[in-house]
Amino acid sequence: MATPAKPSHPSGDKRFKMLDAAMKRHGFEGHALLEILHQAQELFGFLADDVLIYVGRALKLPPSRVYGVATFYNYFSLAPKGDHTCTVCMGTACYVKGAGEIVEAVVHAAQVKPGETTADGKLSLVEARCVGACGIAPAVVFDGEVVGKQTADTVLARVKGWTEP
Amino acid sequence: MNREELDALVERARAAKASARQRVAVCCGSGCQSVGAEAVLKRLVEEVKRAGLEGVRVHGSGCRGLCEKGTLVEVETGELDAPERHLYLGVDESAAARIAASHLASAVPILELGAADHGGFFAQQERVVLEGSGRVDPEDLDSCLAAGAYAGLARALGDLEPAEVVQEITASGLRGRGGAGYPTGLKWSTVAKSKGDRKYVICNGDEGDPGAFMDRAVLEGDPHRVLEGMAIAGYAVGATQGYVYVRAEYPLAVKRLKIAIKQAEKANLLGSRILETGFDFRVELRIGAGAFVCGEETALMASVEGRRGTPRPRPPFPAASGLFGQPTLINNVETLANVPAILRKGSGWFASIGTAKSKGTKVFALAGKIARTGLIEVPMGITLRQIIFEIGGGIPDGKAFKAAQTGGPSGGCIPAQFLDLPVDYESLATVGSIMGSGGLIVMDETSCMVDVAKFFMSFCKDESCGKCIPCRAGTVQMFQLLDGITRGRGTVEDLARLEELSDLLRATSLCGLGQTAPNPVLSTLRYFRDEYLAHISEKRCPAGVCPIARPAVSAPAVPGHRAGFIEIGGGD
Repeated sequence: MATPAKPSHPSGDKRFKMLDAAMKRHGFEGHALLEILHQAQELFGFLADDVLIYVGRALKLPPSRVYGVATFYNYFSLAPKGDHTCTVCMGTACYVKGAGEIVEAVVHAAQVKPGETTADGKLSLVEARCVGACGIAPAVVFDGEVVGKQTADTVLARVKGWTEP
Repeated sequence: MNREELDALVERARAAKASARQRVAVCCGSGCQSVGAEAVLKRLVEEVKRAGLEGVRVHGSGCRGLCEKGTLVEVETGELDAPERHLYLGVDESAAARIAASHLASAVPILELGAADHGGFFAQQERVVLEGSGRVDPEDLDSCLAAGAYAGLARALGDLEPAEVVQEITASGLRGRGGAGYPTGLKWSTVAKSKGDRKYVICNGDEGDPGAFMDRAVLEGDPHRVLEGMAIAGYAVGATQGYVYVRAEYPLAVKRLKIAIKQAEKANLLGSRILETGFDFRVELRIGAGAFVCGEETALMASVEGRRGTPRPRPPFPAASGLFGQPTLINNVETLANVPAILRKGSGWFASIGTAKSKGTKVFALAGKIARTGLIEVPMGITLRQIIFEIGGGIPDGKAFKAAQTGGPSGGCIPAQFLDLPVDYESLATVGSIMGSGGLIVMDETSCMVDVAKFFMSFCKDESCGKCIPCRAGTVQMFQLLDGITRGRGTVEDLARLEELSDLLRATSLCGLGQTAPNPVLSTLRYFRDEYLAHISEKRCPAGVCPIARPAVSAPAVPGHRAGFIEIGGGD
């Protein structure tokens, strides 16, 4: 298939080159939008308006479609994440074993709401639907590392290490 | 590669495996990885190398099921077909060193690490879907081939016409394992008869039910089984393209599937002219992005097409007009994982397991207030009591059993009086629950059933895609009523209103999410009405969970909580 004229981003940011490569791999097909957004989020950490517009142009999709998809799915984030992320699993198994109390404890200790980042940008608190680690509930994911059988105390100890200067 | 060459390859793989005197499988499922399985595996490999042990093969494997006692290590000795197996529980690095020094070096098992009490966990299980999970090395095609992978596909392509494959699946009595239990053979024959330029097979791995991790274990532990099932399905219905839709929350499953697809393509088990027959079948991976509604088939197809995952009315059913407007077969991971075994061992064998209307086995994720949490596979028709008390080891800390929740946000809570109920599609439906995808959460006396109903409604409210009004607004209204009850603001009229809204959602929602969202409320109202009444008239939470029971603590924030935006009429 013919390669469309390089959309190439004016900033010269190398990550856009990598994003171009990913879109090319999918033949600039609109139905690969989710794959491309996954790739973009991996490269940039979150999906800024600029990135969404760039992807929309390259895939020949209206901004409304790209924005609609980016906001529909929980996994995509339109705001930058903190330096560290504490993801508390709120699946049924974790919930009946006290995940709610863990979230509450972090909310009070770090002054951050679920789904948001602390003012100093150090910590993001996330509630996950289910990370599939129900056998070791309650599970918490610290920066991508799944740790099981947590309590409010063990989680706070870990989080304090991140937030205190 | 043709069939003879495949057979030769399998022979070589088996011989290579058998040449090892001892075969050591370290569970590297997600549960075990979180307690250091990688380090245990590394240590074992190092110890074997350091001691210069000959004929010992150490490899990682998928989930063994007993996640509670990770890391699990199994040492297999002797003949491939009748091996002697020794399972170690709770292995850490130092225990790994001891196993290497004693069992691997001088064939003396360490009995105290074997823990005698896990006998009950495995005794009543029958592993069909999980046959290879925990035994094979999911990242090594040879290891999977030695265990029988792709033998079912070879038989289908070599010995059977597509219609005969459909016939075989119909005769096995296999029913969809995603929850509703639709006969798989019937679905396949409908797609096979549909006319289209191109047909698709989709593997639904969007395991969104919070509290379920069966599909995850299969995809991580034995990915080739799922790919083989898809290829057989493709051959049977006349499809040449398959998509596996997996949740982004399962990075390990994604990684292993990517490896498996590459391996299978390289070995000509996927791709063009598979096994030198005229059959082409390619599989692509599609990664979800966190939307429960994408488990619904029309929403899932929209997501594969790169759109928002919202459902559409059926008909047309996917079998007639599905992905990109073409006939599409959608099956759940566990359903497809049953297929290779049926082709390999025959429909008669499969139909001999289970009950009259529910054949085969079912994988359950045991979690909640139960002694042995983990993954189990049991024949259909086993009782809940056997599952919870014999396999699961009962309720810890001497607490009393209160209810078992099956089917997640679409299912119901089963109280103690039905513990002797056989677990099959029909029996579970009679008590107001469903088989569901296989999450089984056990609740004890410290769980509040109103709180549980509220938890699931909060889930459905957040996950409602917003396309149809009954679900979008109804789940919010129901959540607010339940929230009010847990805060001591409920009235008896609220219960009637909940029931009325339940009827409305069931009858008028566009897809399964909204239609089944009331189930947890209805089943708890049916069996635990007294708990609701205690909250309402006595302003008391019997289990001590709800905010009214602990006035000293400030009320927890309710994330994503929005005010309802339509007024509903009074209940009377």
